[in-house]
Amino acid sequence: MAIIAAKSKRDRPVQSSDWLDELGIESLEAVEMIFELEDRFGIEIPVNANNAEEVFKTVSDVVRLVEELVAAKDAT
Amino acid sequence: MAVTGWGVVSPIGLDAPAYWSGLVAGRCGIGPISIAPNERLRQKIAAEIKDFDPLVHFAPDRLKFLDRVSQLAVVAAQEAIAGSGLVLDDELRPHTACIIGSGAGGQITQDEVFRQFYEEKANRVPPLTIPKMMVSGPASHVSMHFGLEGPAYAVASACASATHAIGQAFHMLRSGAVRCAVAGGAEAGITLGSLKGWEAMRIMAPDTCRPFSKDRLGMVLGEGAAVVVLESFDDAVRRGAEILGEIVGFGMSADARDLISPDDVGMARAMTAALGDGRLAVENVQYVNAHGTGTAANDIAETSALKRVFGEHARSLAISSTKSMVGHSLGAAGALELVATLMALRAGVAPPTIGYREPDPLCDLDVVPNVARSLAMNAAISNSFGFGGLNAVLAVKRV
Repeated sequence: MAIIAAKSKRDRPVQSSDWLDELGIESLEAVEMIFELEDRFGIEIPVNANNAEEVFKTVSDVVRLVEELVAAKDAT
Repeated sequence: MAVTGWGVVSPIGLDAPAYWSGLVAGRCGIGPISIAPNERLRQKIAAEIKDFDPLVHFAPDRLKFLDRVSQLAVVAAQEAIAGSGLVLDDELRPHTACIIGSGAGGQITQDEVFRQFYEEKANRVPPLTIPKMMVSGPASHVSMHFGLEGPAYAVASACASATHAIGQAFHMLRSGAVRCAVAGGAEAGITLGSLKGWEAMRIMAPDTCRPFSKDRLGMVLGEGAAVVVLESFDDAVRRGAEILGEIVGFGMSADARDLISPDDVGMARAMTAALGDGRLAVENVQYVNAHGTGTAANDIAETSALKRVFGEHARSLAISSTKSMVGHSLGAAGALELVATLMALRAGVAPPTIGYREPDPLCDLDVVPNVARSLAMNAAISNSFGFGGLNAVLAVKRV
């Protein structure tokens, strides 16, 4: 959440129901955010900017995907 | 200005006739990457020129001076100049321009030499590292190979480099600064380092390039070169040359907004400028060779720009992205696409946009999906839009 919040351009706190585009996170910033999440959690997030809007729309989508990938990593 | 020669080295054909037959057949040059080592790459596909043997074209002692990007440029120029029938004698050579666009020059040399230095801890690197790397290498080699002694330089404007290069040659001819020009573009950047960079942008398709299709997943990197010979229409007629087509207009613009996201207003200004320069009314244009990278952003912006420029007539245009077949060869793309556009007009066949599966409401123009189409055409434009908002468009007519 903190990594996502750092990219937010809004002045109020980020909530899990917020939509990424409403936070003013544009495509390159979204990629930078993904890289930070990958480094922080040691995971690989298979997201392509061309369909990212379908894969994650809200902050909770990102959190859920990261949780799933971390769980998958821990399981192996 | 008359185009009297063309030469192509592409992932779907090693010369112009093979390129055209590939375009008409809808042949896909995209496949598993073989040139670059790929164990650390997520990106597994590219449009490579797989069966190009430089030793067919260059003696070994000459080859050591040429990065692959310059090899491709010289081979394309050889075909173009030979095809033009032009005699480059002592009198003409000082008045012949040589302008070759490239996005990044000798990337294979750079990647390999840097690898030797960083990874193998080499204490010294090959003495020709810098001249092989430089972005103007292809222009220098074409100039040297054919003795072209007039203005010679490279143009670098990312994915629009070749279109800017050919446009400048067109301007020079029109102004009378030169009598003849050899112009085009070359790129050979399928290296581990550059692919990692592209991969990081997360705009590369994992499967194939599907421009304008709703399920498109991005661009696919390509490589290649294309070169044309330009001379004034009168000179070409006077010497009895076969005129392959005519460049009538050139338009440029800059978005001046964003480093990566394309802007339909900037694209539209370049198209409008090219049409105005060529005194072409929108309703007299039948074909557009689109920039059509297959990214979500480009294809939507380009569709919107076409509607801004052509209005209702946009729906009557045949629009294709030949990148669906040859990938995106960056600084060479505009030259490959100009040649495709001229060939399309001459043959009366619009090449297809292959890989197309699903209509996108945001890209709702006629993109000649999957199968080439016979079509009477008199005029067309070829679009190139580079990263950083650098736009260039050439307008052409059938002769």
